[in-house]
Amino acid sequence: MERIPILKMGPFLLVTIQVDLYDRLALTLENDLINMVSKTEAKGVLIDISAVSIVDSFMGRILGNIASMSKIMDAATVVVGMQPAVAITLVELGLTLSGVHTALDVEQGMELLRNKIGQLEQDEEGLYDSFI
Amino acid sequence: MIVLSKEKLPIQKEQDVVLFRNRIKELATKIGMSLVNQTKLITAASELVRNMLRYGGGGITQLEIVSRNSIPGVRLVFKDEGPGIKDVTLAMKDGYSTGKSLGLGLPGAKRLVNEFDIKSEIGKGTTVTIIRWKNGL
Repeated sequence: MERIPILKMGPFLLVTIQVDLYDRLALTLENDLINMVSKTEAKGVLIDISAVSIVDSFMGRILGNIASMSKIMDAATVVVGMQPAVAITLVELGLTLSGVHTALDVEQGMELLRNKIGQLEQDEEGLYDSFI
Repeated sequence: MIVLSKEKLPIQKEQDVVLFRNRIKELATKIGMSLVNQTKLITAASELVRNMLRYGGGGITQLEIVSRNSIPGVRLVFKDEGPGIKDVTLAMKDGYSTGKSLGLGLPGAKRLVNEFDIKSEIGKGTTVTIIRWKNGL
Protein backbone atom coordinates (compact mmCIF):
# COMPACT_ATOMS: atom_id res chain seq x y z
CA MET A 1 0.00 0.00 0.00
CA GLU A 2 1.14 3.54 -0.78
CA ARG A 3 2.35 5.54 2.23
CA ILE A 4 3.68 9.02 2.98
CA PRO A 5 7.10 8.76 4.70
CA ILE A 6 7.53 10.29 8.16
CA LEU A 7 11.05 11.37 9.15
CA LYS A 8 12.29 11.82 12.70
CA MET A 9 14.58 14.76 13.34
CA GLY A 10 15.48 15.23 17.00
CA PRO A 11 12.28 15.89 18.91
CA PHE A 12 10.32 16.54 15.70
CA LEU A 13 8.59 14.55 13.02
CA LEU A 14 8.79 15.78 9.44
CA VAL A 15 6.32 14.99 6.70
CA THR A 16 6.63 16.25 3.15
CA ILE A 17 3.59 15.50 1.06
CA GLN A 18 4.80 15.17 -2.53
CA VAL A 19 1.72 13.69 -4.13
CA ASP A 20 -1.87 14.79 -4.37
CA LEU A 21 -3.67 12.85 -1.70
CA TYR A 22 -6.71 10.73 -2.07
CA ASP A 23 -8.83 10.14 0.99
CA ARG A 24 -7.49 6.78 2.11
CA LEU A 25 -3.88 7.94 1.79
CA ALA A 26 -4.68 10.98 3.96
CA LEU A 27 -6.34 8.79 6.59
CA THR A 28 -3.34 6.44 6.62
CA LEU A 29 -1.05 9.43 7.16
CA GLU A 30 -3.19 10.66 10.07
CA ASN A 31 -3.01 7.23 11.68
CA ASP A 32 0.73 6.72 11.05
CA LEU A 33 1.59 10.19 12.38
CA ILE A 34 -0.28 9.79 15.64
CA ASN A 35 1.32 6.39 16.21
CA MET A 36 4.75 7.87 15.49
CA VAL A 37 4.15 10.74 17.95
CA SER A 38 3.44 8.17 20.62
CA LYS A 39 6.32 5.87 19.68
CA THR A 40 9.01 8.55 19.36
CA GLU A 41 7.61 10.90 22.05
CA ALA A 42 7.91 13.70 19.49
CA LYS A 43 7.25 17.24 20.70
CA GLY A 44 6.42 18.65 17.30
CA VAL A 45 5.08 17.68 13.90
CA LEU A 46 5.92 19.64 10.76
CA ILE A 47 3.86 19.00 7.64
CA ASP A 48 5.11 20.50 4.38
CA ILE A 49 2.34 20.87 1.80
CA SER A 50 4.26 23.01 -0.71
CA ALA A 51 3.84 20.33 -3.40
CA VAL A 52 0.12 19.95 -2.75
CA SER A 53 -2.03 21.70 -5.35
CA ILE A 54 -5.43 20.92 -3.81
CA VAL A 55 -6.67 21.05 -0.22
CA ASP A 56 -10.37 20.28 -0.07
CA SER A 57 -12.62 20.00 2.98
CA PHE A 58 -11.61 16.40 3.64
CA MET A 59 -7.89 17.12 3.51
CA GLY A 60 -8.49 20.23 5.65
CA ARG A 61 -10.28 18.13 8.21
CA ILE A 62 -7.40 15.63 8.29
CA LEU A 63 -4.91 18.48 8.95
CA GLY A 64 -7.15 19.74 11.75
CA ASN A 65 -7.47 16.23 13.19
CA ILE A 66 -3.70 15.70 13.17
CA ALA A 67 -3.23 19.01 15.02
CA SER A 68 -5.87 18.21 17.67
CA MET A 69 -4.68 14.65 18.18
CA SER A 70 -1.03 15.71 18.44
CA LYS A 71 -2.00 18.40 20.95
CA ILE A 72 -3.65 15.82 23.16
CA MET A 73 -0.42 13.82 22.93
CA ASP A 74 1.59 16.93 23.91
CA ALA A 75 3.01 17.69 20.46
CA ALA A 76 2.57 20.88 18.44
CA THR A 77 1.70 20.73 14.73
CA VAL A 78 2.71 23.26 12.13
CA VAL A 79 1.65 23.18 8.49
CA VAL A 80 4.04 24.95 6.11
CA GLY A 81 4.36 25.86 2.46
CA MET A 82 0.75 26.38 1.51
CA GLN A 83 0.50 27.73 -2.04
CA PRO A 84 -1.30 31.10 -2.33
CA ALA A 85 -3.93 29.64 -4.68
CA VAL A 86 -4.66 26.93 -2.12
CA ALA A 87 -5.02 29.50 0.68
CA ILE A 88 -7.43 31.61 -1.40
CA THR A 89 -9.48 28.55 -2.29
CA LEU A 90 -9.60 27.23 1.29
CA VAL A 91 -11.01 30.46 2.67
CA GLU A 92 -13.61 30.69 -0.08
CA LEU A 93 -14.54 27.08 0.56
CA GLY A 94 -15.20 28.06 4.17
CA LEU A 95 -12.31 26.32 5.88
CA THR A 96 -10.03 28.37 8.14
CA LEU A 97 -7.90 25.57 9.61
CA SER A 98 -8.46 26.94 13.10
CA GLY A 99 -6.25 25.29 15.68
CA VAL A 100 -3.55 24.50 13.13
CA HIS A 101 -0.29 26.48 13.36
CA THR A 102 1.01 27.58 10.00
CA ALA A 103 4.28 29.04 8.73
CA LEU A 104 5.45 30.16 5.33
CA ASP A 105 8.20 27.60 4.81
CA VAL A 106 10.04 24.71 6.47
CA GLU A 107 12.64 26.99 8.04
CA GLN A 108 10.11 29.24 9.72
CA GLY A 109 8.05 26.22 10.70
CA MET A 110 11.02 24.64 12.48
CA GLU A 111 11.71 27.95 14.22
CA LEU A 112 8.11 28.03 15.44
CA LEU A 113 8.35 24.49 16.79
CA ARG A 114 11.70 25.21 18.49
CA ASN A 115 10.21 28.26 20.17
CA LYS A 116 7.28 26.20 21.38
CA ILE A 117 9.61 23.64 22.92
CA GLY A 118 11.77 26.41 24.39
CA GLN A 119 8.72 27.88 26.07
CA LEU A 120 7.82 24.49 27.47
CA GLU A 121 11.28 23.98 28.94
CA GLN A 122 11.21 27.43 30.48
CA ASP A 123 7.81 26.73 32.00
CA GLU A 124 9.12 23.50 33.47
CA GLU A 125 12.18 25.22 34.90
CA GLY A 126 9.97 27.87 36.41
CA LEU A 127 7.83 25.22 37.97
CA TYR A 128 10.89 23.51 39.37
CA ASP A 129 12.23 26.76 40.86
CA SER A 130 9.02 27.58 42.60
CA PHE A 131 8.86 24.04 43.91
CA ILE A 132 12.23 24.46 45.63
CA MET B 1 -23.24 28.03 -25.38
CA ILE B 2 -21.01 25.95 -27.67
CA VAL B 3 -19.40 22.69 -26.62
CA LEU B 4 -15.84 22.54 -27.94
CA SER B 5 -14.77 19.21 -26.48
CA LYS B 6 -16.42 16.49 -24.48
CA GLU B 7 -15.24 13.35 -22.71
CA LYS B 8 -16.48 11.01 -20.03
CA LEU B 9 -14.65 9.46 -17.10
CA PRO B 10 -16.19 6.85 -14.82
CA ILE B 11 -15.48 7.23 -11.10
CA GLN B 12 -15.72 3.94 -9.23
CA LYS B 13 -12.90 4.13 -6.71
CA GLU B 14 -10.80 6.74 -4.89
CA GLN B 15 -7.79 6.36 -7.17
CA ASP B 16 -9.95 7.39 -10.17
CA VAL B 17 -10.21 10.82 -8.53
CA VAL B 18 -6.50 11.57 -8.98
CA LEU B 19 -6.74 10.90 -12.73
CA PHE B 20 -9.95 12.95 -12.94
CA ARG B 21 -8.35 15.95 -11.19
CA ASN B 22 -5.32 15.78 -13.48
CA ARG B 23 -7.55 15.76 -16.55
CA ILE B 24 -9.44 18.85 -15.35
CA LYS B 25 -6.11 20.59 -14.82
CA GLU B 26 -5.11 19.79 -18.41
CA LEU B 27 -8.35 21.19 -19.80
CA ALA B 28 -8.18 24.33 -17.65
CA THR B 29 -4.56 24.92 -18.66
CA LYS B 30 -5.51 24.43 -22.31
CA ILE B 31 -7.97 27.36 -22.20
CA GLY B 32 -5.50 29.52 -20.27
CA MET B 33 -7.31 29.61 -16.93
CA SER B 34 -5.32 31.24 -14.10
CA LEU B 35 -3.84 29.07 -11.37
CA VAL B 36 -6.21 30.44 -8.70
CA ASN B 37 -9.27 29.71 -10.84
CA GLN B 38 -7.91 26.28 -11.71
CA THR B 39 -7.40 25.51 -8.03
CA LYS B 40 -10.94 26.64 -7.21
CA LEU B 41 -12.40 24.52 -10.00
CA ILE B 42 -10.44 21.39 -9.06
CA THR B 43 -11.21 21.82 -5.36
CA ALA B 44 -14.94 22.12 -6.14
CA ALA B 45 -14.70 19.05 -8.38
CA SER B 46 -12.89 17.18 -5.61
CA GLU B 47 -15.76 17.86 -3.19
CA LEU B 48 -18.40 16.78 -5.69
CA VAL B 49 -16.62 13.66 -6.80
CA ARG B 50 -16.22 12.61 -3.16
CA ASN B 51 -19.97 13.04 -2.59
CA MET B 52 -20.57 10.94 -5.68
CA LEU B 53 -18.36 8.14 -4.37
CA ARG B 54 -19.55 8.29 -0.78
CA TYR B 55 -23.26 8.82 -1.16
CA GLY B 56 -23.93 7.79 -4.76
CA GLY B 57 -21.72 4.70 -4.98
CA GLY B 58 -19.68 6.21 -7.80
CA GLY B 59 -20.87 7.35 -11.19
CA ILE B 60 -19.93 9.08 -14.40
CA THR B 61 -18.28 12.46 -14.84
CA GLN B 62 -18.40 14.47 -18.02
CA LEU B 63 -15.67 16.99 -18.79
CA GLU B 64 -16.24 19.66 -21.41
CA ILE B 65 -14.62 22.77 -22.76
CA VAL B 66 -17.47 25.16 -23.51
CA SER B 67 -17.66 28.66 -24.90
CA ARG B 68 -20.17 31.47 -24.37
CA ASN B 69 -19.79 34.83 -26.11
CA SER B 70 -16.33 33.68 -27.19
CA ILE B 71 -15.26 33.18 -23.57
CA PRO B 72 -14.09 29.64 -22.85
CA GLY B 73 -14.79 27.70 -19.71
CA VAL B 74 -14.76 24.21 -18.23
CA ARG B 75 -18.07 22.49 -17.56
CA LEU B 76 -18.16 19.39 -15.37
CA VAL B 77 -21.13 17.06 -14.85
CA PHE B 78 -21.28 14.58 -11.97
CA LYS B 79 -23.95 11.94 -12.40
CA ASP B 80 -24.68 9.12 -9.99
CA GLU B 81 -27.49 6.65 -9.63
CA GLY B 82 -27.44 6.63 -5.84
CA PRO B 83 -30.33 7.12 -3.41
CA GLY B 84 -30.67 10.85 -4.19
CA ILE B 85 -30.85 13.79 -1.78
CA LYS B 86 -34.04 14.18 0.27
CA ASP B 87 -33.83 17.91 0.81
CA VAL B 88 -31.56 19.71 -1.64
CA THR B 89 -32.11 23.12 0.01
CA LEU B 90 -30.95 21.70 3.34
CA ALA B 91 -27.97 19.92 1.72
CA MET B 92 -26.87 23.26 0.25
CA LYS B 93 -26.65 24.84 3.73
CA ASP B 94 -23.23 25.37 5.28
CA GLY B 95 -22.48 22.93 8.06
CA TYR B 96 -25.21 20.44 7.22
CA SER B 97 -24.05 16.87 6.79
CA THR B 98 -25.63 13.44 7.03
CA GLY B 99 -22.17 11.90 7.31
CA LYS B 100 -19.31 12.87 9.55
CA SER B 101 -17.94 15.56 7.26
CA LEU B 102 -17.81 19.30 7.90
CA GLY B 103 -20.81 19.89 5.64
CA LEU B 104 -18.86 22.21 3.38
CA GLY B 105 -18.90 19.99 0.28
CA LEU B 106 -21.92 21.22 -1.68
CA PRO B 107 -22.14 24.86 -0.49
CA GLY B 108 -18.34 25.18 -0.63
CA ALA B 109 -18.21 23.82 -4.17
CA LYS B 110 -20.93 26.28 -5.20
CA ARG B 111 -18.89 29.21 -3.88
CA LEU B 112 -15.84 28.09 -5.88
CA VAL B 113 -17.46 28.03 -9.31
CA ASN B 114 -19.36 30.47 -11.54
CA GLU B 115 -22.37 28.30 -12.28
CA PHE B 116 -23.81 25.52 -10.16
CA ASP B 117 -26.84 23.35 -10.79
CA ILE B 118 -28.05 20.37 -8.79
CA LYS B 119 -30.87 17.98 -9.61
CA SER B 120 -31.74 15.07 -7.39
CA GLU B 121 -34.50 12.52 -7.44
CA ILE B 122 -35.11 10.05 -4.62
CA GLY B 123 -34.22 6.52 -5.72
CA LYS B 124 -32.85 7.68 -9.07
CA GLY B 125 -29.73 9.66 -8.31
CA THR B 126 -28.14 13.07 -8.35
CA THR B 127 -26.66 15.18 -11.12
CA VAL B 128 -24.52 18.23 -10.38
CA THR B 129 -23.27 20.54 -13.13
CA ILE B 130 -20.65 23.24 -12.58
CA ILE B 131 -18.95 25.77 -14.86
CA ARG B 132 -15.90 27.89 -14.25
CA TRP B 133 -15.24 30.52 -16.91
CA LYS B 134 -11.75 31.47 -17.93
CA ASN B 135 -12.19 35.10 -16.93
CA GLY B 136 -13.87 34.10 -13.68
CA LEU B 137 -17.21 35.88 -14.30
